[in-house]
Amino acid sequence: MTIWNLMIREILHRKLNFALAVLSVMVASGSLIGSVTLLRIHDIHTGRLLEQKQAELEQRMAQLQDDTRKAMLKLGFNIVILPKDQNLSDWYAEDYASKYMPEDYVHKLANSGVVTVRHFLPSLQQKIEWPEYKRTIILVGARGEVPNLHKSPVKPLVQPVPPGTISLGYELHRSLEIKVGDTVELMGRKFTVHDCHKERGNKDDITAWIYLAEAQELLDKPAQINAILALECLCVGEEGLPLIRREIANILPGTQVIERGSEVIARAEARMKVEEQARVAIEKEKIAREDLRVVRERLASILTPVVVTACAVWIAVLGFTNVRARREEIGILRAVGVRSRDVMVMFVSRHVLLGMLGGALGFVAGVLAAVYFGAAHEGTQIRMTDMDLSWAGLLLASVGGAAALAVIAGWIPTVVAARQDPADVLRNDN
Amino acid sequence: MLEFKNVSKWFNGAQGKVTALKEISFSVRPGELLAVRGPSGCGKTTLLLTAGGLLRPSDGQIYIDGQDPYVLSPEMRSRMRADTVGFVFQQFHLIPYLTVRQNIMTASLAAPLKEASGRAQQLISRFGLDDRADHVPARLSTGERQRTALARALLNEPKIILADEPTGNLDEDNAQTVFGYLSQYVSDGGCVLLVTHDARAAAHATRSLQMSRGQLVE
Repeated sequence: MTIWNLMIREILHRKLNFALAVLSVMVASGSLIGSVTLLRIHDIHTGRLLEQKQAELEQRMAQLQDDTRKAMLKLGFNIVILPKDQNLSDWYAEDYASKYMPEDYVHKLANSGVVTVRHFLPSLQQKIEWPEYKRTIILVGARGEVPNLHKSPVKPLVQPVPPGTISLGYELHRSLEIKVGDTVELMGRKFTVHDCHKERGNKDDITAWIYLAEAQELLDKPAQINAILALECLCVGEEGLPLIRREIANILPGTQVIERGSEVIARAEARMKVEEQARVAIEKEKIAREDLRVVRERLASILTPVVVTACAVWIAVLGFTNVRARREEIGILRAVGVRSRDVMVMFVSRHVLLGMLGGALGFVAGVLAAVYFGAAHEGTQIRMTDMDLSWAGLLLASVGGAAALAVIAGWIPTVVAARQDPADVLRNDN
Repeated sequence: MLEFKNVSKWFNGAQGKVTALKEISFSVRPGELLAVRGPSGCGKTTLLLTAGGLLRPSDGQIYIDGQDPYVLSPEMRSRMRADTVGFVFQQFHLIPYLTVRQNIMTASLAAPLKEASGRAQQLISRFGLDDRADHVPARLSTGERQRTALARALLNEPKIILADEPTGNLDEDNAQTVFGYLSQYVSDGGCVLLVTHDARAAAHATRSLQMSRGQLVE
């Protein structure tokens, strides 16, 4: 017979007292572990929610950006840089410049570090008579966009026409029954048809695009262009055109700048507005989640100590009940020579055991309750492996902490039991 | 073996000082069964608890096997009690959730014996409890309970048994059985201090003392 045997048999005998004490520890430990787990679930859910909203925003922005790019393709560039001596009345009437400037201007612009415009497209345009077909057409020589060396590469708005090829507007290829891959002759030179455009309902339908150098040769304008198309940078804000004009005038003094339409800018601004609103919404969501966390943390910081204290009081009450029920037993044990220290060890061991058991059960109950609550109220399924918590450490803390709680709560009854005077018990019971 | 020298014990209660024992002197030697008889409330139980090192006397000395237990530390006194003294009470004081065998072996909690289990079995057989060895006290008769309590008191082979009304709750047959065991223990060289109001005890005692109002009277 050992103190340990005696303790186990006593627990089996007074199952209800022990079970209620274990339940108390379990509630205390469970509330603590549940709070920790619930706050962790809150953090994970918040992270997921914000990530999801961010991903949705980025997807939407990508879509809007693509829409804008497509819109730009349709609407064209909104900034036109023309030779300074170009009469604008003529340009508006003909939609192309009759004056010329060096092609090198576009390189100068691109290499200048200009910030108010981007996507530089040099072109040479002229209305001509297509001698082979007796048609009046607009011939455009283009070489594709010149990259801005001072900015990150961006997807070009238009694709260049390869040398030796020609792209035809709708009216031209339809009426002349020309198809992609056919060979056509223009001003005595043969070109392979690279592209036949769809109907656009504007001058593009009677336009033919060829490589810039070939256009310069055909029109006898070597190294000359009559326009640089560009796109206004959204960064210029409301000041817009005057700012662009000032900056370009500094770089290319022999030019003038005009703006065509504002649809592109409006659409891009709308995109920025949507993005800004979405970011504000995400920020608001983040703040709301942070506020909710603070509320939950505060609630846990109030409720958990209350629950733990109530459980500790209940454990103490059950401890006193146990000591009272065992008064005679303690008396006879002391009479047969069991030391008060052994009585104390017996009661402390009982509390350690019930604390450890309650701590382990409380750990399981707390985690399960938190996961269930998380699923029911947060609408999210979070696995234990997702929580990035040290479960072994938490279990150890729960079991150890619960054992300490039980011992502390049961300390006074334990001391009462150990100090009980056996003479009092034995004299009064006889 | 057990010696009282002018032992007095009083309690300070709400009604003032209450004297339970007054200048008690006697001794019990090995091979002697001393019966101290007296009416209820005369101080018999106080005398027994004081003799067993459980209740410090207010005055006087007690010697158990030549040693005053009250000069020892509480720890040493417990150890001395475990090694030297066996208690038997009227109310048996068996632990309700332990079997007869386990109750007997509780005496080994304080003074572990190498052969506690074998010794317990011997006592079970000797006290006719073989078929009750694995029963809890609630399933025993009063006689069986007292025999269990007596067996517990004897497990550590004490030099003295202090018995407080051991036959108070027993019928004639069981009382005779208990007296028989106590007499046997005395014959084997033990000594017994028996406090009782049972007149039958005198027939089994080697010596009797009468107690009244905390004092021994001839």
